Amino acid sequence: MKAHLTRRYMFSASHRLHSEAMSAEENRETYGKCNNPYGHGHNYVLEVTVSGPVDEQTGMVCNLVDLDGFVEREVLARYDLQNLNTRPEFANHVPTTENLCVEIFQIMQQGFHLAHLERVWIGETMMNSFEYAGGAELRR
Amino acid sequence: MVYLTRKAEFSASHVYHNPEFTPEENLRTFGKCNNPNGHGHNYTLEVTVKGEIDPRSGFVVDLKQLKEVMTREVLDAMDHRFLNKEVPEFATQIPTTENIAIAIWQRLVSKLETAQLHRVRVYETSDLFVDFYGEA
Repeated sequence: MKAHLTRRYMFSASHRLHSEAMSAEENRETYGKCNNPYGHGHNYVLEVTVSGPVDEQTGMVCNLVDLDGFVEREVLARYDLQNLNTRPEFANHVPTTENLCVEIFQIMQQGFHLAHLERVWIGETMMNSFEYAGGAELRR
Repeated sequence: MVYLTRKAEFSASHVYHNPEFTPEENLRTFGKCNNPNGHGHNYTLEVTVKGEIDPRSGFVVDLKQLKEVMTREVLDAMDHRFLNKEVPEFATQIPTTENIAIAIWQRLVSKLETAQLHRVRVYETSDLFVDFYGEA
């Protein structure tokens, strides 16, 4: 039997939305307050969904200790209480939550092989959230 | 096709233990969840059904009937129970959130009259949930 398991995490980070490809005026028009030169922060909520057959011996899609350990080491340790703009992966990409979502999906896909990665969801605030399924349609 | 989700809550205890494992394997695999006296959760259940809108009633499903089926098949069996000892499915399966979602699907799927079961979602805590779509 195949099941989908979703785990929720939190991290806090700052960012500034600013594109080198745009003039100062274009940046201000495009990003508004998010272009403030000193940046600003969010309490991000991260959801990771993985799927796979439920193991008959353990009753699990994957052991939560393994999933939590991977996310802690590879995602939360990298981004929690950091300025996203200082990260090399955002040297050439604006650290929008869209790009952050894709980045975390890729980190998970490359390094976590104990279940199939279905989706990464990030809530930036209570009002906006972003999801990425590696190009696949989202399962509802 | 319209989708409708009905929510319910139940509280239950469980222990993760595989009698085929050694005590060390059980502890290594299940950690604190292997505490022999068990522990409990407030589970939240979301049942999503799908179907076409009945032109006479305007309903996809009679919510009263859905609520009754959920109460009879799931809540009466699982609410305020020790899942390992009181729910027959968990005499042979470990009552993980995955297996609870599958058991609830199997209890509901043949009992719904007008709508088709789409998804069973079980929250163990606000930070962990499992979805089951009836896939083999």
